[in-house]
Amino acid sequence: MEVLEQLLKTFFDWQAMGEVIPEMLTVGLPNTLILAISSGFLGCIFGLVLAVMGISRNPVPRWIARVYTDIFRGLPAILTILLIGLGFGPVWRIMTGSTNPYPLGIAALTLMAAAYIGEIFRSGIQSVDKGQLEASRALGFSYTSSMILVVIPQGIRRVLPALVNQLIGLIKDSSLIFLLGLLASQREIFQIGQDQAANTGNLSPLVAAGLLYLILTIPLTHLVNFMDKRMREGKAQKIEPDEAAAPIGKGAQA
Amino acid sequence: MSEFKSGSLTATNIHLAFGSNKVLRGIDLHVPQGTTASVIGPSGSGKSTLLRVMNRLIEPDQGDILLDERSVLKDNPDELRRRIGMVFQQFNLFPHKTVVDNVSLALRKIRKMPKDQAHAKAMEQLELVGLAHKADARPGNLSGGQQQRVAIARALAMEPEVMFFDEATSALDPELVKGVLALMTDLSKGGMTMVVVTHEMGFSRNVSDTVTFMDGGVVVETGSPDELFTAPKTDRLKGFLSDVL
Repeated sequence: MEVLEQLLKTFFDWQAMGEVIPEMLTVGLPNTLILAISSGFLGCIFGLVLAVMGISRNPVPRWIARVYTDIFRGLPAILTILLIGLGFGPVWRIMTGSTNPYPLGIAALTLMAAAYIGEIFRSGIQSVDKGQLEASRALGFSYTSSMILVVIPQGIRRVLPALVNQLIGLIKDSSLIFLLGLLASQREIFQIGQDQAANTGNLSPLVAAGLLYLILTIPLTHLVNFMDKRMREGKAQKIEPDEAAAPIGKGAQA
Repeated sequence: MSEFKSGSLTATNIHLAFGSNKVLRGIDLHVPQGTTASVIGPSGSGKSTLLRVMNRLIEPDQGDILLDERSVLKDNPDELRRRIGMVFQQFNLFPHKTVVDNVSLALRKIRKMPKDQAHAKAMEQLELVGLAHKADARPGNLSGGQQQRVAIARALAMEPEVMFFDEATSALDPELVKGVLALMTDLSKGGMTMVVVTHEMGFSRNVSDTVTFMDGGVVVETGSPDELFTAPKTDRLKGFLSDVL
């Protein structure tokens, strides 16, 4: 009985949670969202460039995209954030006079996200039926116009669920930016929970952080499932019979 | 008499190989202005490839292609393809765009027509194929026959001088074939220059002005429908006709 009480107090000390939640919502939540959304947005742009390079007929951009993707997809997130954040920190300070770790943190998250998103976009673009490119070229569009107007929009649509998954990953990975050293106002959800846990010797603030992450990510995972299902089954639609078609007969006896 | 500003099309001595696989081995095809040439033959004989070479979706290894008696091999291939409409077996409509946007896309982006003008012209073309009432539908909500008619409207909107049909009815349910063939017949009678790769022997026999029988990457026989269908000269054509008729 004593053990159970001990555990409850360690993880679910409501008072300790209540004390940390206001700051988590007013400081941590906006910062987490800034990190995840900006690196997600930049990662999409950079990822699309990588995808287009990856399907190029020219081997040089294809090779560059391959090497880039292999490296940034293969490294642990914590290592990339430390190397980029700490390694470029001094240069960044000299260039801009700023000690804010956000730009470099976002850069590191973006570089990693782009490697994954690039692969997602590439597979989506390559899954578009070859007839689409052929039909577009037959109309007189150049390769570039065909890709921009016809192929890429269809490819992106197909991989929207995978992109939302990527955003979920970024919401979680944004917590690693604490490694770069944050001012009080720069702390995101995890760091606030972590600090409070250290101060009180109780893990409940971290549990509160965990709950807040789940409030962000669980709706997104359900959005992914919904989009996935919608794409597999399509909107309910009615296919009408071809009113101009003859009721019988194969072949033209015209 | 022609409703279209159609042109003549000539291919001479076309050769094409994919690696060691010789797909086309010296093809000659002449399609006078306003006539319909059908190309028949067993699958794998190079018919569809020939179409793609003649609008330079695939560049020939050797030979020449003339549109209105002028060689087009040195032209920008994108500009050549604007002069030749193409209709595919699998329709290849753009599923992310509405029916009318499928037809007006090239008008807006290539012809640089203002939006409302391109829309009006696209509606005209849809009217012509009897599908103006489907303008705002997505291709996925149309039957195969309707999709193919939209694809024909999309190609016609660019006012091509020649139209290519690559087994345009092969993917259709039998009851939908007739509507598409009727439309193709109208175009042919209207004076469009057409090259029709087809398995529809009825169409080939009754609508086209010339019939070309290909096998193994060469033209085996060519002539009027009567000559080929009632008096085939070669054993290969006789064998093919007895298989398909």
